[in-house]
Amino acid sequence: MRLALFHSRIRVEERLLLEELTRRDIAHDVIDLREQTFDIHDPGQWTQYDAVIDRCISQTHALAATRVLERFGVLTVNPASTIEACGDKLTTSLLLARDNVPTPRVRVALDEASALSAIEQIGYPCVLKPTTGSWGRLLARVNDRDAAEAVIEHKATLGSVAHSVYYVQEYVDKPQRDLRVFVVGTEAICGITRASSHWITNTARGGQAAPLTITPEIATLSARAARCVAGESGGLLAIDLLECPRRGLLVSEINHTMEFRNSIEPTGVNIPGRMIEWVVAQARALAEVAG
Amino acid sequence: MSSPVSSASNTNQVECPECAAPVRFARAPLAGEVTRCGACRAELEVTNLSPLRVELAPEVQEDWGE
Repeated sequence: MRLALFHSRIRVEERLLLEELTRRDIAHDVIDLREQTFDIHDPGQWTQYDAVIDRCISQTHALAATRVLERFGVLTVNPASTIEACGDKLTTSLLLARDNVPTPRVRVALDEASALSAIEQIGYPCVLKPTTGSWGRLLARVNDRDAAEAVIEHKATLGSVAHSVYYVQEYVDKPQRDLRVFVVGTEAICGITRASSHWITNTARGGQAAPLTITPEIATLSARAARCVAGESGGLLAIDLLECPRRGLLVSEINHTMEFRNSIEPTGVNIPGRMIEWVVAQARALAEVAG
Repeated sequence: MSSPVSSASNTNQVECPECAAPVRFARAPLAGEVTRCGACRAELEVTNLSPLRVELAPEVQEDWGE
């Protein structure tokens, strides 16, 4: 068994994953994607790996690299299709809607005037999100038409081309917290609540983590969401849930390169250890099938 | 444009390229590891291990995240 870990920077999470690999005596290489070249005609060194764990911080780079490796039959965790599904909020929402997984209402527009219409159709307050990005960056709660016009003008004037896709989500009046569920395969192994007096509750923005009891409802919903973006076998995912006072639990976002440094202590679960165990099991299963 | 660079022969300590304060690693640093300078809060990336060298870490890009 030989694994590789793709990265573009070593954060606490990557260090913890490497420690788990070392603890289990699993041979592995740590590969900085920024230093690599890929020959799309020749697998070269890549087929030596039973699995490659993607921990690249850039979704664009992760997607490119995993696509190349999959072309040579190398198991990547998460696979390119999952990165694609989670890395773009519109794609995530489309998959959740396709499978009737409860999720906030979303409208999409591709023009400034249409964006204003989409916002008014959703109603105030609503949330404008970039389709890519994370950590609560560039989220805007739009409370009225004045704010809508200002945010749209700023996005059109200052934003990259990616901001020309206006993703408008209903604002869910959650109880000053959201839920983050860590899923390995399709099993919700643990979770946290992220509480904040601010409407953005990401821990990257100061949300405070506390343990979450995984109820059967949470486990079932998380498994459904995982299958939406990762198929029947699931993946290594963090699923963000909102508690809607009217509709119950809604799947808000799904993260494919989850950060967990602040969640190990409150949950008491060795999240990186569980992740590595699952990757090894997947690699062994694939090897058995290959004979 | 080149980033400020700082290196040191001392295995687990290096000078912050932003403010010149000492930056210490509690454990042996890894290539690509990021840390913050305790004095100026600049985010730093380990770009070489021997000798230990750090540079200002790249700014967050639009597609970075979880």
